[in-house]
Amino acid sequence: MATAAVEVRDVSKRFGALRALDGVSLTVEEGEFFALLGPNGAGKTTLISALGGLVRPDSGRLRVLGRDVATEFGEARRLLGIVPQEIVFDPFFSVRETLELQSGYFGLRDNGKWIDELLERLALGVKADANMRSLSGGMKRRVMVAQALVHRPPVIVLDEPTAGVDVELRQTLWQFVRELNAAGHTIVLTTHYLEEAQNLCSRIAMMKAGRIVALDSTERLLAAFSERVLRVKLAGCELPASLAAGATVDATGWHRIPVENAAQVESALARLRESGARVSHLEVTEPELEEVFVKIMARGYAPDREAA
Amino acid sequence: MTRGFPTLLRKEVMRFWKVSFQTVAAPVLSALLYLVIFSHALSARVEAYPGVRYTEFLVPGLAMMSMLQNAFANTSSSLIQSKITGNIVFILLSPLTPGDLFAAYLLAAVARAVVVGAGVFLAVAWLVPLPVPNPLWLFAFAFTGAGILGALGIIAGIWADKFDQLAAFQNFLVMPLTFLAGVFYSVDSLPPFWQAASHLNPFFYAVDGFRYAFLGKSDVSPWASLAIASAAFCALSWLTLHLLRSGYKLRN
Repeated sequence: MATAAVEVRDVSKRFGALRALDGVSLTVEEGEFFALLGPNGAGKTTLISALGGLVRPDSGRLRVLGRDVATEFGEARRLLGIVPQEIVFDPFFSVRETLELQSGYFGLRDNGKWIDELLERLALGVKADANMRSLSGGMKRRVMVAQALVHRPPVIVLDEPTAGVDVELRQTLWQFVRELNAAGHTIVLTTHYLEEAQNLCSRIAMMKAGRIVALDSTERLLAAFSERVLRVKLAGCELPASLAAGATVDATGWHRIPVENAAQVESALARLRESGARVSHLEVTEPELEEVFVKIMARGYAPDREAA
Repeated sequence: MTRGFPTLLRKEVMRFWKVSFQTVAAPVLSALLYLVIFSHALSARVEAYPGVRYTEFLVPGLAMMSMLQNAFANTSSSLIQSKITGNIVFILLSPLTPGDLFAAYLLAAVARAVVVGAGVFLAVAWLVPLPVPNPLWLFAFAFTGAGILGALGIIAGIWADKFDQLAAFQNFLVMPLTFLAGVFYSVDSLPPFWQAASHLNPFFYAVDGFRYAFLGKSDVSPWASLAIASAAFCALSWLTLHLLRSGYKLRN
């Protein structure tokens, strides 16, 4: 069996009365683009911190490419790059100095070529010799991404990397991260922008109150918890009886008719025509992760087992 | 020791060197002011050792006091700044071991102490001609003295959550102990109680032994001073390493 990129087994962590992590287990395979989602305080950052050795769990084990983060921390940390959520920087140094120092902590000398590439890819080239203090928030965040990547870790964890980053830079960042994933790096991502997770990630774990409440492929989660919907607004007439079953109507007069595919959209429209209904507005919405998220968070915790 | 250690050491040295006006020039100026004021006020009245001018007695002690205070300031301020700004996370995410952290922070503190000490001697050279010191005693006490305070600074930097807690540590422990370490007077001239109390202060041995390197005279045998200062250094180093290994306040 191939070694998992990230293996979390029965990890629990309490901070006083708060159970930040409550028996969390999950596996991320090598090469995956994996999303870790959940509301604030669900335990995502604690789990990531435990993976990086910043938090010591009360029980359970964590491994990065087979290396235990507690007993083989040197190896585990070489295999792992974490971009922390909070913006942090050392005001004593320039961008390039920051990256050279970070390389040095990993024992890397002559890392200039890779540092230059990181600066270029993250659009930091013009600021390479600027002091960290003079950078905007978005730029500081990109320096943190570069810091996490100086040692070319095979497993990359990004904890809300796009919070407060403008649209253009977000695109640049995702383009770069996608390329890293295509080159074989495993990516674990947390974000509150569910659209990002839906577009980028092939598998998703959702956390709530320190537990994993859903863990499956993005496709299956969407199929199970969200649907394609034909939405219509009618001008002064009722929905024909043949469509009313299964449809709902909201306060603003939008009818919501679940459909599985394009053929069903067509047949629903044909029935509307036949009934003589006049359609004033019409749209088809695709399954959305946001809907999945809201449903899973609302139903409370169901002790799911990890998908085999 | 991992291959990352030299980089962390370099970073810690760069950190104070980049603001050397504040971290080196300022303490040298303070020492110079002490010298001018105390030598003016006391040189006519105090003779610490027979045949030794007061200024000759004072300068090595002042240099050592500056070294002790700056060794403490270096490690403690670096750690608390990294903790409060949060950038320590990138050090903690690296493969650097507790031993790397200890050695790098400590040696950078010794480096700052040596630069400050040398600055004090250079600044006063034209005022107070001093005998050529014995290099072995000089080195031994410079290292153990700065080492004790460097380690104490790491402990304080790890323990303190806020700048004012660190300031309390500095104002209520480090400052009194360095001022009462026999820098301005020979402890032999004190009443018996204060003499005994001074002998409980590990900083006293660093000052006394360091002065011996210049004058060949001291309150306590330099061997005894070295033994006591080394023991204090080893005990604090052990405690510091223990804290770093346990992850106390650094890794929850």
